[in-house]
Amino acid sequence: MNKKRMWSAALLLLLVLSTVLAACGNSGSGSKDTLVFGRGGDSTSLDPSRVTEGETFKVTVNLYETLLNFGEQDTTIQPGLAKEWNTEDGLTYTFKLEEGVKFHDGTDFNADAVVKNFERWANGDEDRFPYYNSMFGGFKGDEGHVIESVTADGDYTVIIKLKRPQAPFLKNIAMSMFAIASPTAFEKGDDQFARNPVGTGPFQFVEWKANDSITIEKFDGYWKKGLPKLDKVIFRSIPDNSARLNALIAGEIDLADGINPADGEKIEGNADLQLIERPSMNIGYLGLTVTRPPFDKKEVRQAMNYAIDKETIINSFFEGRANIAKNPMPPSISGYNDQIKGYEYDPAKAKELLAKAGYPDGFEMELWAMPVPRPYMPDGAKVAEVIQSNLADIGIKAKIVSYEWPTYLDKASKGEADAFMLGWTGDNGDADNFIYVLLDEDNIGSNNYTYFKNDAMHDLLIEAQTEVDEDKRIELYKKAQEIIHEEAPWVPIAHSTPLLAATKDLTGFVPHPTGSDLLANVEFK
Amino acid sequence: MSELTPKMDGIVEAEITRTMGPWREAWRSFRKSKVAVVGMVIVLFFILLALFGPLFAKEGINEQMAADRLQPPSAEYWLGTDDFGRDILSRIIHGARISLSVGFLSVIASVIIGSFLGIVAGYYGRWTDTIISRIFDIMLAFPSILLAIAIVSVLGPGLENALIAIAIINVPNFGRLIRSKVLSIKEDEYIMAAKGIGMKDARILFSHILPNSMAPVIVQGTLAIATAILEAAALGFLGLGAQAPQPEWGKMLADSKSYLQSAPWTMIFPGISIMLTVLGFNLMGDGLRDALDPKMKN
Amino acid sequence: MLSYVGRRLLQLIPVLLGMVFIVFMMIRAIPGNPAQVILGQQATAEAVAVMNAKLGLDQPWFIQFFKYVGGILQGDLGESMRTRLPVADEIWPHLAATMELAFFAIVIAIIVGVNAGIISAWFQNSWFDYIAMILALVGVSMPIFWLGLLGQWAFAIEFNWLPTTGREQVRDPVNAITHLYIIDTIIQGRFDQLWQVIRHLILPGVALATIPMAIIARMTRSSMLEVMRSDYIRTARAKGQKMFWVVYKHAFKNAVIPVLTIIGLQTGMLLGGAILTETIFAWPGIGRYIYDAINFRDYPVIQSGILVVAFIFVMINLIVDLLYSLVDPRIKYD
Repeated sequence: MNKKRMWSAALLLLLVLSTVLAACGNSGSGSKDTLVFGRGGDSTSLDPSRVTEGETFKVTVNLYETLLNFGEQDTTIQPGLAKEWNTEDGLTYTFKLEEGVKFHDGTDFNADAVVKNFERWANGDEDRFPYYNSMFGGFKGDEGHVIESVTADGDYTVIIKLKRPQAPFLKNIAMSMFAIASPTAFEKGDDQFARNPVGTGPFQFVEWKANDSITIEKFDGYWKKGLPKLDKVIFRSIPDNSARLNALIAGEIDLADGINPADGEKIEGNADLQLIERPSMNIGYLGLTVTRPPFDKKEVRQAMNYAIDKETIINSFFEGRANIAKNPMPPSISGYNDQIKGYEYDPAKAKELLAKAGYPDGFEMELWAMPVPRPYMPDGAKVAEVIQSNLADIGIKAKIVSYEWPTYLDKASKGEADAFMLGWTGDNGDADNFIYVLLDEDNIGSNNYTYFKNDAMHDLLIEAQTEVDEDKRIELYKKAQEIIHEEAPWVPIAHSTPLLAATKDLTGFVPHPTGSDLLANVEFK
Repeated sequence: MSELTPKMDGIVEAEITRTMGPWREAWRSFRKSKVAVVGMVIVLFFILLALFGPLFAKEGINEQMAADRLQPPSAEYWLGTDDFGRDILSRIIHGARISLSVGFLSVIASVIIGSFLGIVAGYYGRWTDTIISRIFDIMLAFPSILLAIAIVSVLGPGLENALIAIAIINVPNFGRLIRSKVLSIKEDEYIMAAKGIGMKDARILFSHILPNSMAPVIVQGTLAIATAILEAAALGFLGLGAQAPQPEWGKMLADSKSYLQSAPWTMIFPGISIMLTVLGFNLMGDGLRDALDPKMKN
Repeated sequence: MLSYVGRRLLQLIPVLLGMVFIVFMMIRAIPGNPAQVILGQQATAEAVAVMNAKLGLDQPWFIQFFKYVGGILQGDLGESMRTRLPVADEIWPHLAATMELAFFAIVIAIIVGVNAGIISAWFQNSWFDYIAMILALVGVSMPIFWLGLLGQWAFAIEFNWLPTTGREQVRDPVNAITHLYIIDTIIQGRFDQLWQVIRHLILPGVALATIPMAIIARMTRSSMLEVMRSDYIRTARAKGQKMFWVVYKHAFKNAVIPVLTIIGLQTGMLLGGAILTETIFAWPGIGRYIYDAINFRDYPVIQSGILVVAFIFVMINLIVDLLYSLVDPRIKYD
């Protein structure tokens, strides 16, 4: 019987195989001019003006440039493709462009190219350029369209005329979706361009493997000398957070986005890794639909604010990497009202208010929890569980309800939720982008999910949109926040600090609060 | 049985030997298989745990103690605590009830619907058979997990809806099984005889054909419970199954996957519970198959 | 034979049409507006309305249905609502990724499963038989994502033998021609890359292979046991032929049909059912593609994706049926 021989052969094979495997292990670290950036999802398109989704901007911010830039880690206005700009009256803006800049395809960057980009957007529609629509009030011919004209004055001067003042105009111009693309490239057609992006940025496009990786490489003709420092950047999609961290630990990626707060400590304890905190520009909140009883009563909404123990939530499920929120926008945004005293955790007071509103024994409600981790709320379902037990303490029976993310947003925007968890990451660091977008009556049915409506606040916000005097504008927003605090359509929960992790030798990476990180200065030491 | 006995007592006699005798014999041969008995013991253990465990487990499985988060197994918490500071052992005990209910209820539902459709298709034949069989073909051509996800997307995530989705995707399996059984029994002499003496269709179906199709259904059903528990866990992993704070095992697993390295007990114990239960049902199903239906080796 | 194939293909038409109809109706029953989802949380209500009109979602469902079926008949699988690219272009790389993984997994499952089954039957009731069969049962009793994460932790992190995620060494990407990387690397003579591709296949491949492996092993064993009892095997043994040949050649040849059926079924399952494995191992495959499409309410991708997977599934079953006559000439089709 050759039974024995067969077994020893099998054993030998196993040994050989495992040795070979082990010998070939550790091949993670290759040349160190390439950065592999692991993230949760793939980009939708590489034409930033056509999407509203952050995974696209993460890539395009490195391929294209905008006329103006945001500051390194804030949303102050800095020079970009325009080296100087000025306005006399808030209606006519003059931009002086950098000279000698070329697009990746060799086309010259000049005033004419800028005009062509603006023409392209202004002649579009909501479907093609959704962000242009929401930031500049429509398209050519629309009544709300803010931009009167964009013209070239010589080769390197662009003049933009507005129909009426728009306070955050310069901030809008700096948003990564209004990147200047090569006219030669986009004139070939939208679909062609979406997969073959051409800009002036430090990196140029190489390859896109759908749902897997996007590769970009150093653009040798980049106008800022000595940049970029890396030869190549590869964006990899790894949907599962734990798997992404595993890939980082194994050395297959160098930088990982969307780190669970729970893993923060472990990364800090790992000698090969570093934890990176993204400056916070978000708000996570519990929205109370004011059209649904009992949340039509102000006292009930205030009671909810007193009942929820934000500190425990932040300590347990943000692992302390968040600040307690009291206003609908983060403190880094100008106009933030720090004089407002947040609702403290006080179940007794909450019970009292409930009794005053006519619900001494509480009531039953649905508590909607988001099904997916978001930068402003890493684990919605678990935070909902804490809120549920907080509410039980004051006699409110909350049933946690969750839908898939698209269904969730759709139903919540129709006002079908009693109370729902949601959040927002700022687009351009302007107060308008938080308060007006999220709480004004104009946005009921889209981003004002609570159906909150307040005439006094509405007037303040509309006035602020065209107020060019910064101090006056700040005052208007401070007043608006007082109204919101008193009326309490939300329970503001936290301004979270989104986490990233990288290998120890990575330097020069400066995470941006908007979530689109410029990688030109990154290198390995 | 003698040829063509149109007398009633012949049928009764046949029924007795078919229902009583084989079951007792089956139990005897089931007992002989060590593996099957081990399976049954595991299953019984978890059933008892589900029925009576909650009486002994610690109170307040949903009570959150922030101070005791992610404690390793100790004298106080035998299997450690989870990220809310909840006792994992108690949650596993309570979870047994949920996981077993999902398994049993979804399979019972698919057996009922599947049997009904299968009997109708097999007994009446012709176009009813064609339509029902085509529908089964269509359903079986879908990748089952995708079908379940689509169904849950329509109904909304939640334990009940996950249960419904799992029941639906298993219907064609039972439907086909019963149909083929009905087709083979239909031609049996005693059924022909019953028809010959003018027995009503419904009576023939319920008093003859159905009891005689039970053996393969029990075997298939036991194995399907195992699969159903795994499918529920998979839906839980995708966030489409049980919702907080239900201590469903699959959800406990999915919830703790980010603690695999820092607090492995949060992931290992619910995983082992699932594996053992499913293994129990599989072992038992195997034993039952050998005992009840030695020909069905599939 | 040919007419048999023709008849089988004709029978497929109502099944596929029925599937298209069911999927079509089902995804429209899913709450959530695709335009809203595509435009994202930051979109305005007007933008959503315009998008709806553009996508044709404001038309009655039966018009949408007939347009879709008409398109399919002309080989047009529709256009993704999200990326605005033709589904037919997008689907192949994803399908190829899954096919490569599924093929790898099924090969592992067959090699290990069939041999374990044969040996178990050969030495029935030996310790090997017991252990193999218990392992097989444990294999089918594991939640796959749990096994996958444990495997990733052990083999990729603790021992650092294998890569955690993905299809290729990203720092040295494969130049995709067919999108089946094993073939692409061989065509280009990049055997170093071929080795990397295989290393990336091992963890997800084994995780995916676990269940079919166990099922194949059990099927092979029971089918073999039946054959081994038959007279003709006894005769062969009595004639003094070497046991190895008796088992592997004569007995297995006669036991192979039910095993083939199970292999066909399992291969089909792997193609669409690998969503969890693809999620954990960041495998850019078709399961993940369809699952993402469900999340984005990308109707054309869901419809066409499921249709393509189901089509392959039924085709594999057809091929398996035809293989019967190859292994067993007694089976004839007419």
